[in-house]
Amino acid sequence: MRSPHSLMDIKIMHRVLRLFVIIILFTTTAKAQPIFQDLVQSHALNIIKGSVKTAPKVIESIQRFGGKPTNKFLLEWQSKNLWSRRSDGLIFLVKSNDKKKYTLFDLETYDIVGIVKKNEIKQIKPNSGVRGLIGTALVSSQLTSNILANRIASLESLTRNPKRTHLEPLRKAILKESDPKVRSKMERLERLLTMQYDTDTVKRIAAIKSFSNDLGLDVRARLNPILETTLHLSQTPPKAGSYARILDINKTDRLTRTEAYDMIVKQGWATANISPKMKRTAIIKHIKNGRVAGFDIKDLNLETNRNLAYSRLTDSGLVSKDVNDTQIQLALNKTFFYEQYIEPSTQVVITAKNSLASIKTKVSISQGIDLFLDGLSLASIFFLAAIGLAITFGVMGVINMAHGEFIMMGAYTGYLIQQYITNYTLSIIIAIPIAFAVTFTAGVLMERLIIRHLYHRPLETLLATFGVSIALQQLAKNIFGTQARPLTSPDWLGGAWAINDVISISWIRVAIFGLSILFFVMLWFTLNKTRLGLETRAVTQNPRMAASMGINPDKINMLTFGLGSGIAGIAGIAIGLFAKVTSELGSDYIVQSFMTVVVGGVGNIWGTLAGAAMIGFLQKSIEWFNPSNTLAAQTFMIIFIIVFIQFRPRGIIALRGRAAGD
Amino acid sequence: MMKSPLMKFLNRNPSVLIFLLILSVFTILITIGSEAFGFGFISTSLVKILGKTLCFCLVAISMDLVWGYCGILSLGHFAFFGLGGYMIGMWLMYERTRLIVLEAGKNAELPMTVQEIQNSIGSQIFGVVGGSEFPIIWTFSNFLWVQLLLIVFIPGLLALIFGWLAFRSRVTGVYLSILTQAMTLALALYLFQNDSGLRGNNGLSGLQNLPGLEDISQSVISMWFFWGSALALGLGYLFVKLIVESKLGNVIRGIRDNEQRMRFLGYNVEIYKLFIFTFTAIIAAIAGALYYPQAGIINPAELAPIASIYLAVWVAIGGRGRIYGAVIGAGVVSLLSSWLTGGQAPNISLGFIELKWVDWWLVLLGISFVLVTLYAPKGIGGLFDKLTKGARK
Repeated sequence: MRSPHSLMDIKIMHRVLRLFVIIILFTTTAKAQPIFQDLVQSHALNIIKGSVKTAPKVIESIQRFGGKPTNKFLLEWQSKNLWSRRSDGLIFLVKSNDKKKYTLFDLETYDIVGIVKKNEIKQIKPNSGVRGLIGTALVSSQLTSNILANRIASLESLTRNPKRTHLEPLRKAILKESDPKVRSKMERLERLLTMQYDTDTVKRIAAIKSFSNDLGLDVRARLNPILETTLHLSQTPPKAGSYARILDINKTDRLTRTEAYDMIVKQGWATANISPKMKRTAIIKHIKNGRVAGFDIKDLNLETNRNLAYSRLTDSGLVSKDVNDTQIQLALNKTFFYEQYIEPSTQVVITAKNSLASIKTKVSISQGIDLFLDGLSLASIFFLAAIGLAITFGVMGVINMAHGEFIMMGAYTGYLIQQYITNYTLSIIIAIPIAFAVTFTAGVLMERLIIRHLYHRPLETLLATFGVSIALQQLAKNIFGTQARPLTSPDWLGGAWAINDVISISWIRVAIFGLSILFFVMLWFTLNKTRLGLETRAVTQNPRMAASMGINPDKINMLTFGLGSGIAGIAGIAIGLFAKVTSELGSDYIVQSFMTVVVGGVGNIWGTLAGAAMIGFLQKSIEWFNPSNTLAAQTFMIIFIIVFIQFRPRGIIALRGRAAGD
Repeated sequence: MMKSPLMKFLNRNPSVLIFLLILSVFTILITIGSEAFGFGFISTSLVKILGKTLCFCLVAISMDLVWGYCGILSLGHFAFFGLGGYMIGMWLMYERTRLIVLEAGKNAELPMTVQEIQNSIGSQIFGVVGGSEFPIIWTFSNFLWVQLLLIVFIPGLLALIFGWLAFRSRVTGVYLSILTQAMTLALALYLFQNDSGLRGNNGLSGLQNLPGLEDISQSVISMWFFWGSALALGLGYLFVKLIVESKLGNVIRGIRDNEQRMRFLGYNVEIYKLFIFTFTAIIAAIAGALYYPQAGIINPAELAPIASIYLAVWVAIGGRGRIYGAVIGAGVVSLLSSWLTGGQAPNISLGFIELKWVDWWLVLLGISFVLVTLYAPKGIGGLFDKLTKGARK
């Protein structure tokens, strides 16, 4: 055991020794040693025993040094990565991969100085006040940095996590800022911070007002805390004007009755409610020879007996008294629960309220538009997936359960082409016709080999194409494996088109919307304005009559089926761009696609458009009520379709007359 | 000697007797070979597979009745199968958890109250989906007989409502098939939610353990279920045969062949279709209730549309419109599937490439399904027709 006296001696000895070492360093190896290290060592004492009083001087002196190592040093200091060597008090940056070896790095050159054990060094742990000071210093130095990229980066990190202390450095930085874009961003952040942290109420109100048209999430995130309230309770009615609102304890969702009663108990205005669990423990405590308060233990498996036993224990004064429901209700009725704004200034609160209300109106309008865009984009995806089916199933009446697998084939074709052509724009442009060709061929093959034999036997067609679907899916799994393959979109399709902070739609979805419009127009044109379309319609309505007019129904059927399948291939590329390409890609869409065609009305592509629009918008609207649960939205959607078909069995747009067939 | 109507029926349809005979012989053989009651050369897991296959055969019979005889290609009968499984699974899981809770609470200082037991069961069952409250659909899960009734009642009610909606608006043919598939998908998606009250995609598990019978080994229990499944299959076969050979059978065949004409003849086609649809849904549910205690676990993936499609595949390959065809199809294809995808089957080496059955079985199944549809619409059952015709000549 050492006496305190000798401990002091040793500490003084250490300081003297350290000073001595520094002097030696200065005098003997001044040229060999980097200067930054010296500067740090000269402040070593204040760094190691950093306090809020001494730290600003140290930070200032180090920042005045400037250059690369400064900021890194401050950062490492802040994040407790600096250690001092016990033997000589020198400060190093220390990293360790395991608990035994600690590597020392030089503060300027970052060369390895040595590897030591833990007991040879001591960690420097600045307290939270010092860390805050370092942070502010870093911010202001970064914000006024000469390099633009540094300023932008630090502004971004500030925006993510702004603090009260950042307001002053930010204001100083604005005065120096030369770049107009960065400056306006800084000013916006400054207003945000002013709104929340400034001490001047007038300035704050002005800042809050300036945001009343701003839809930014950050604005709402800063405004809401101003309106935060704390919960208070009293036995007399609170003074008018001193509270935000009085809570009706039976209706409010801010706190449950139990929580409210607990608060009353905490105030000492009522005795505690004994929960069944506490009663259980209390009863167990008083078991004597298998009996409690005249009850046999085995009879205490009833709630009523337990309550009775507990009240008997109360009567004999062994446990504290329980309260019953009426007493709880009485206590609750007698107490006033009210909320008070944390913000002391009423002016600020009112302004914030008004601004928030005006923002909310604008946000909900924007959300409505956003929902509409979401619906539109989902509708165009459904349309794209179903449009090929609208031809094979809708126009020809052939039910092709392998349609989804054609979509999948298209997506995999796109993936394969991207393996060889690395320019994404080019590869997508090349992939579209190739995917069309591949699935067109597959469609024609299937028509020739299978479907041709099964015309007028739709159920059998359904079964046979199921067989094809199962086989193709497994084949894809065998070739490409079960993991998802990427189909990467070109850069110009990345990102989203943000109209404001609420409304945004990814460019891929815009492209898909454009693509589906294009398909619709092309298909409508082909079916209604070209020779092929005319012949297709003729063959569908009456193949024998068409044949006698010199049309080859076999050829037309083959081509039409190929066309429908080919479109599925292109749809596959579009879908693959935002969904993952797996062997199950197609089966995810097949039921919805058939639904789209059936709901829209079989036999014309207007119907498919209507069906896709209805399903897309409806699903998004249902999701809007419960955004976290898309599964439920899909379930309700399908139930809705089943009911819808009750009222319009032929779909939204039903064909009439001879074109309708049977 | 007075002949009862049943005897007359059996006289007229010797195939029923033949089937029952084969089934009995099969059951006896398995019993003799089982570990629990015989020489033990048939493992318990094989007994379970065979028992499950019998359940598949039963659901295939129901599919054959609704599709092969009544012409309704339902792609939703596996949903009823699954629902039946869920109904029995609820009781099995509740009761077993209750026993576990009681066992754990036996040594507590105080005996548990009803509420404490209930809370503890709730948190054990619904802990995985972050809840402990019993959803309303579990109200009767503590009464075995109510859950047994629900096996029939819930899928039957679903089939009744769905069928009424669909047949009333005269949705037929492929449209009906797609609609039934949509129903299956909706049900599966619903069950996948965590707040569906049936543990989301975790499903119900541990169903192979019969509550209160922990001391009896699985080899015995598997035989019980095997016998139960065989009995159900035999009865199912008999009932379905009775239906198709009766006047009702003629009417539904008429509906299959020409619905319009039956309507003109004055038959209320919708009622007949609704009856067959609901009746077969109930058979499917019973099959499911027998199947899942043998499988041990049920989750929403079991109800996915693809399962119902495989059901159609079995019946088509076996030969629809003949009940034994459905049994053969389900038995052969599901046994082949489980053998070939189980990884025990030897791989075929083609020299430059080795074909793994696990990978290629589904491709083969798909292709053979296409071929059967194209060239042998009567399936394997069609071969029997040819054989018997040849014998008659």
